[in-house]
Amino acid sequence: MLMNSKPLSGQRALVTGAGQGIGRAIALKLFELGAKVAVNDLNEPAGKETVSLIEAKGGCAVFCGFSVAEYQRVQEEVKKLEKELAGLEILVNNAGITRDQILPRMKPEQWQEVIAVNLTGAFNCARAASRVMVKRHYGRIISLSSVVAYLGQAGQANYAASKAGIIGLTRSLALELAPYQITVNAIAPGLIETAMTEKIPEAMRKEIMKRIPLGRPGRPEEVAEAAAFLCLPGSGYITGQVIHLNGGLYLG
Amino acid sequence: MLVKDRVIGLILEHLEVEKEKAVPEAHFIDDLGISSMDLWELVLIMEDEFNLEVPDEDLEKIQTIQNAINYIEQRVGKEIPD
Repeated sequence: MLMNSKPLSGQRALVTGAGQGIGRAIALKLFELGAKVAVNDLNEPAGKETVSLIEAKGGCAVFCGFSVAEYQRVQEEVKKLEKELAGLEILVNNAGITRDQILPRMKPEQWQEVIAVNLTGAFNCARAASRVMVKRHYGRIISLSSVVAYLGQAGQANYAASKAGIIGLTRSLALELAPYQITVNAIAPGLIETAMTEKIPEAMRKEIMKRIPLGRPGRPEEVAEAAAFLCLPGSGYITGQVIHLNGGLYLG
Repeated sequence: MLVKDRVIGLILEHLEVEKEKAVPEAHFIDDLGISSMDLWELVLIMEDEFNLEVPDEDLEKIQTIQNAINYIEQRVGKEIPD
């Protein structure tokens, strides 16, 4: 039996926050599987670099530089993108930020910004993308949650809340869009080697590592494998689920 | 073809509605038992059929079959080519 090496050939994907880390890895993986990728990031040089990496390998990618937190702008940009690419099958809500602080000292802006990008951003993008997916009776929406939504993390009440919110959003949207053969799932990574986790102080890192049965952080490419799996046409019976990717840090 | 007939045609084609119940005064959700998602999909289908876009604000206006007919007629007229 021949394996189709480009199962996403002819499909179009929008990956938010794809200028670096997990987002970039996902964009590259989806391209590898044959998709045309729209790379979104607020960091234009980083986003354009992801596009270049894809084009250097003979792929097709476009850069779009909007903030997922701006509702109206997202609706307009996604509509433009759908016209430009003549469709959209895959949305990966990956754009996310941290504004760490213990809650008793957290400023309202730190709370609001994280919710706005991480959670409301996912709403804004899913709202826009669901239109064409419902029309075509096909879609894959994947959002990034986090192990901290399950374990909690001191200093990250805002981040953890936004990532837990992604789970409720994923489950509800999965139920709404199921009649249209659109699957909606989430991925909850643990400690992954990216710019976001580079900032973790050494002592804390050592502590976390002790609790990871596999004894190492994960790689962005490993998260991308899970995202790619969920995007496959063959994964159409998996919906409303959270795939945990944490080296055994949390078993659930 | 009359827009009115085409709209009712689309409703019968795409929603699980008995022909006798598909009267202009029928309220999609209250009388025909249509879900919000199905109603929204119907609007998307009408967008494609009549080649127009229904902005979010206008969605509120479409609660009954007559609302849908009126809305489309306002946008494209009472008749469309067959």
